[in-house]
Amino acid sequence: MKFMLMLNTPRDGYAKYMSWPKEILEANAAFMIEFNRKLSAAGELVGAEGLASPVQAKLVRAGKDGRPITDGVFPEAKEFLAGYWIVDVDGPERAYQLAAEASTAPGIGDEPLWVEVRGIMSGRQDLE
Amino acid sequence: MTSTPPDLRVELLLRDFAPQVLGALVRRFRDFAASEDAVQEALAAAAAQWPRDGIPDQPRGWLVQVAQRRMIDHVRSEVARRGREAAFAEETPLAVAAALAGESEIDPDDTLLLLFMCCHPALSPASAIALTLRAVGGLTTAEIAKAFLVPPSTMAQRISRAKQGIKASGVRFQMPDARERAQRLSSVLHVLYLVFNEGYTTSAGPDLHRTDLSNEAIRLTRAVHRLLPGDGEVAGLLALMLLTDARRAARTGPGGELIPLDEQDRTRWDAQAITEGVGLLSAALRRPQRGPGEYQLQAAIAAVHDEAPRAEDTDWPQILALYGMLLRLSDNPMVALNHAIATAMVHGPQAGLELLTPLDDDERLRGHHRLDAVRAHLLERAGNRQAAVALYRAAAEKTTSIPERNYLEMRAARLGAAT
Repeated sequence: MKFMLMLNTPRDGYAKYMSWPKEILEANAAFMIEFNRKLSAAGELVGAEGLASPVQAKLVRAGKDGRPITDGVFPEAKEFLAGYWIVDVDGPERAYQLAAEASTAPGIGDEPLWVEVRGIMSGRQDLE
Repeated sequence: MTSTPPDLRVELLLRDFAPQVLGALVRRFRDFAASEDAVQEALAAAAAQWPRDGIPDQPRGWLVQVAQRRMIDHVRSEVARRGREAAFAEETPLAVAAALAGESEIDPDDTLLLLFMCCHPALSPASAIALTLRAVGGLTTAEIAKAFLVPPSTMAQRISRAKQGIKASGVRFQMPDARERAQRLSSVLHVLYLVFNEGYTTSAGPDLHRTDLSNEAIRLTRAVHRLLPGDGEVAGLLALMLLTDARRAARTGPGGELIPLDEQDRTRWDAQAITEGVGLLSAALRRPQRGPGEYQLQAAIAAVHDEAPRAEDTDWPQILALYGMLLRLSDNPMVALNHAIATAMVHGPQAGLELLTPLDDDERLRGHHRLDAVRAHLLERAGNRQAAVALYRAAAEKTTSIPERNYLEMRAARLGAAT
């Protein structure tokens, strides 16, 4: 079963991240590398990406002539997607376990971040 | 089959030989993981050369020789490496010297021994499936990765972990004793069933080019049936696969949409597969035994469906009796759901709905779409449209299967529009 684990960050998360002390930045990077390595070695990693700062982000839709109209991101957005993993695991429990581990990435603050776990649709059906 | 293109003919031939060649190597060198890699290399060499140069006179001997040469190279470099690492020198296996001199023999039972290894209960289902498809099915890592829609590197890791799991479990390449054998065979059949189920996807849309896992499962189960022709459950599983796969062409519409059993165009069912499945099952049921196992019962249910010329001709009392027997063998909640449907078909929707009530407390069905879907279906039959629409929608929200979601949404929309 495939799941997407989405790591969200508060609106000011990226700005704060830039101001982290060197040791925490290094610890965070080392954590992510090791986490991805373990996922890959377990044969569970389908893909993972980190997203660039929302400073550069645009909202886009087609105008009447079909050409793109762009706008800045929603000013009222409280959270942004910072990165995601797609994993292929035996069941939801394992996905939750991985999400919990991902949430403990070193950073500033006492609480682990929330990681949103979503099932990925597939073309298969179960035998009846 | 004279029209089969040469490349495909070679591929099918290679995949039939794969477990035989691997068995010969494992018996000689004892190192399953390295032998398996050597066989994959030999298969790849053959896949490149044979379509160009023609199939050798002794194709299996050719493969054994090439695989053996790779394996001997591997053993030599291991010995050299260990020689350099003095600390490990005494761990050099004594089998190596003998292995370098001997001959690799083919034994038809090797396929079975390999299945017992690859489907060992110490492995997770995903690992067992991947390893079985590669080591016994002769598929490449890339093909398996494509079938499961994961990157090849991920599949390679999964296979290598599965091999480590086999090593750690200490399972040996030999026939388990009679008592353990039955248990291990049931693990093998379960993995083959899962492979078949993985292949049970819509045959249109994004999955059009999926490696055909259902056919692969049927091919491997056929091989097991050839080796154990007297085993009723092996025959039952093969019959179940054939009787289910027979409906493949009728199961999906032109847009990949799911067509339920009672709406399928039965003229599109594969009569040959049905005849074969029914024949296998009848022969298995005629044999004196303690009573039919789960696969035989499931196959019998599939056969009753397949033998009805029209949906309204279905012998539901017979299906209900078979689900009753199945329920006594296993406490699978999916069987209980199907039993409720059969009950509704025989004794009316209310009787079916009553059987669903206790299932609300079953942990294994919590959040599962099928309980909602079955209840919606029975409510629809009972004429309670509004409740049915709500439950079809609830089920559609819970499933992660695109064809099932589309089907459930369509069902809700159709019913909602009619009210």
